[in-house]
Amino acid sequence: MTQILNLTINGTSQDIPIDDPRATLLDVLRERIGLTGTKKGCDRGQCGACTVLIDGRRINSCLALALSYDGAEITTVEGLAQGELLHPVQAAFIEADGFQCGYCTPGQIMSAVALIAEGEAGLDPERVREGMSGNLCRCAAYAGITEAVLKATRAMNREDAA
Amino acid sequence: MADVMNIQGHVRLGSNAGQSMTRRDGVLKVTGRATYAADNRPEGVLHAVTATAGIARGRVTHLDTAAAEAHPGVVKVYTPANRPDLAVSPDEKIHGFAWRTEALQDDTVRYAGQPIALVVAETLEAATEGSHLLAPRYDADTPRIGLDGGVPFQPETISIGRPPSLEVGDIDAARTGAARHFETVIETPAQYHNALEPHAITAQWTGDRLEIDTPNQAIGLAKQSFAAYLGVNPAHILIRSPFLGGGFGSKAILFGAQLLVALAAKDLDRPIKLALRRDQMYGPVGHRPATRQTLKLDVDTRGHIAALEHHTIAVASSFDDFIENASNASHSVYATTALRTTHAGIRADTGTPGPMRAPGEATGSAALEVAIDDAAYALGFDPLEFRLRNYAETDPATGMQFSSKALRECYAQAAEAFGWQDRPLEPGSMKQGRLLKGWGMGTAQFPCPMFQAAAHATLRADGSAVVETSAADMGQGAWTSLAQIAADGLGIDIDRLEFRSGQSNLPDAGVAGGSGHTATAGTALFNAGADTIRQLAELALNDPASPLFGADNAGVTARGGRLYRNDDDTRSEAYEDILARAGLDLLRGEGKGAREGEPERAMFSHGGVFAEVLVDPDLGQVRVSRLIGAFAAGRIVNPHLARSQLLGGMIWGIGFALQEEAIHDVRTGRFTNADLAGYHIPVNADVPMIEALTVHEDDPFVNSLGIKGVGELGVTGTVGAIANAVWHATGIRPKRFPIHPESLI
Ligand code: FES
Ligand code: FES
Repeated sequence: MTQILNLTINGTSQDIPIDDPRATLLDVLRERIGLTGTKKGCDRGQCGACTVLIDGRRINSCLALALSYDGAEITTVEGLAQGELLHPVQAAFIEADGFQCGYCTPGQIMSAVALIAEGEAGLDPERVREGMSGNLCRCAAYAGITEAVLKATRAMNREDAA
Repeated sequence: MADVMNIQGHVRLGSNAGQSMTRRDGVLKVTGRATYAADNRPEGVLHAVTATAGIARGRVTHLDTAAAEAHPGVVKVYTPANRPDLAVSPDEKIHGFAWRTEALQDDTVRYAGQPIALVVAETLEAATEGSHLLAPRYDADTPRIGLDGGVPFQPETISIGRPPSLEVGDIDAARTGAARHFETVIETPAQYHNALEPHAITAQWTGDRLEIDTPNQAIGLAKQSFAAYLGVNPAHILIRSPFLGGGFGSKAILFGAQLLVALAAKDLDRPIKLALRRDQMYGPVGHRPATRQTLKLDVDTRGHIAALEHHTIAVASSFDDFIENASNASHSVYATTALRTTHAGIRADTGTPGPMRAPGEATGSAALEVAIDDAAYALGFDPLEFRLRNYAETDPATGMQFSSKALRECYAQAAEAFGWQDRPLEPGSMKQGRLLKGWGMGTAQFPCPMFQAAAHATLRADGSAVVETSAADMGQGAWTSLAQIAADGLGIDIDRLEFRSGQSNLPDAGVAGGSGHTATAGTALFNAGADTIRQLAELALNDPASPLFGADNAGVTARGGRLYRNDDDTRSEAYEDILARAGLDLLRGEGKGAREGEPERAMFSHGGVFAEVLVDPDLGQVRVSRLIGAFAAGRIVNPHLARSQLLGGMIWGIGFALQEEAIHDVRTGRFTNADLAGYHIPVNADVPMIEALTVHEDDPFVNSLGIKGVGELGVTGTVGAIANAVWHATGIRPKRFPIHPESLI
């Protein structure tokens, strides 16, 4: 039986027919509505490649049953840039070379956006590393990732102050 | 700047190469617009899931295909009983770089996790459920697992077609004459590449033409392989691999499920997509096998190595012959009067191993560096002093000179940055709070192979250009660094260059592996550009209307989209003007990249790696707190990206030393940790203060561009450095990797 799932994805409300209650949020995003920016690395909540924000919180979308998020607001990597203008975290990832193959990158970036918003890590590299450790990077771009998060935090602090 | 009159010998690259440039695919990657194979959703796509064997050896006796096919959404189940024919058996090795693979050729199970059926369905959920409903029954044999459970054999070749042994000098005589004898036995575990992107394929037929989206490190070769197994004209196959979500060696070879998807797509006349589950990556797509290595080191009274012997026993599969060539890591690092390296194999019920980032070198270097450190301490030498004392001025394995070797400078710079001179000789002498602190070092070395590559360059009427080659970017930054080289070959700014790559209908760029891709594909691209400019110069030099007319002997130089007379910089002409006067819309050049003839020098990248660890004396927990390496790798095309490669390699060294191991249950032959929770790789918090310095090195011999490689170098040396730091903290020499906490308390 097809059910209708309402999600606000990157600011746009959508009614999504769900033909299979087993579908995860990740597979709905990727296979049903074609938002393939969010990646699947393990499908088990072990790598963070599928990280998206639900109502501002970072979650592993591979572990989320889509139907249980009816009415939620979701931000994916596709929703960060404003037109050609990159989000400060995206810009910082390019500048600091916070990726190589780029496969973990959407998840890293979503995680970083939330980490900065959580305000727990601030500019302490040790806490940034800890706070980003749910996102594996097999290319091991960790030094760049940490640097990018710190750079973006500083840039966003400046924006706030301005 | 391309010196168009003379492209032999050492070419000075121009304004693009040598610059730190951010990745040209950066925006695509941070916005989610880079498309990896599994991101493709062709109209009407079906989803495929393989069912895999729950035993490690035996036969499948029953699959409940009826139950699976009855599940809503399941379209078809393929088993050995109904699998469409292949032109060539997947057990046939069609070329030297082919691995035997499983594509439902029979009901045999040769390792746990082997594909035993393919379920195709309208949705991923239905295909997954269908694969569970197959509920296989088996006739199981006792599995043969690990170094001690398998069947020993003597391999004829190791790695890919290399001789299994080498003997230089009279090892027995050298040993008798030496003052001290040391013996080190070290085990390394099975490790899995675990690229973050699972292997995936989308296949779609239009008549007898096949389009494939799959991440691949050797696109040209993959096309040939698909064509041969499927019995299709290679010209009718198009493989797209614009982005690889990591490869590390595991995406260079074909595996059976890729063939099955192509067969099923034809059979059902629908596009089909398959992505391996993470646990399915622990079998059919290669791994670094377990080894047991014995090093015998004989040293004379002055601390010079007289004899070095390295023997490796490596696990292989029961049905193919890849042997990790770990002993070869001892060939060329330290001077010795006599050298012997040998290998033996163990056949076990496991997937076939294959090259994994620094294959042989990482494994062998880990053991060698521990053995060297052990001898240094016993003889009262500082570990760096001992290594310098045994510095190889020529290559011990071949007697050849090195093409270049700035290893001394690497040691010096890294040691200085690390503060090595303050290191106490005795283990257990440093503390940080209640933690034991230790410092260790290792030598990094990696060979500089070149493969075969071809490229085209086309100059357009407006002075911009397009270059084409089927290279692969698995994260190393090929789309950026190769484009930098190509722009220099053409003497244009990189912004004027269109770079086409990552698919099979372009000139073959060979394999992205062996750290030789930038050198090989880069040379082809540079030469293609230079060939184009040579033709352009000919047009101008023979045209009385050109300011360059008659410059023949002095020659011209290409830069910034203009040709300049070498003898008079004020006389120049823009590419577009030369083309316009000649009435040409396009000018096209071709280039090849390969090593000509037998090498007359030994060619390696080098480095020195220094590690600091903190060890909890009660828990045995080890943390790497500082890691500094300095590397010399010829011309560095893009320092920003090369640093990332080196750091990535060093972090792989952390994983090798302290975390990574696939654990088999010896009773069932199944893995107990085939996922990213159980198979530990470094996470961000495992990576401390880390730095990779690069040391300037001009290499006129390695290739015309002077490029070595940086992709694998960082893994070597690092593992040993960490192990030696652990010893320096605790006084305990590791006997196996990864170093377990319980071995330190
Ligand atoms: S894909 Fe969701 S955590 Fe790995
Ligand atoms: S950039 Fe490749 S996995 Fe992170």
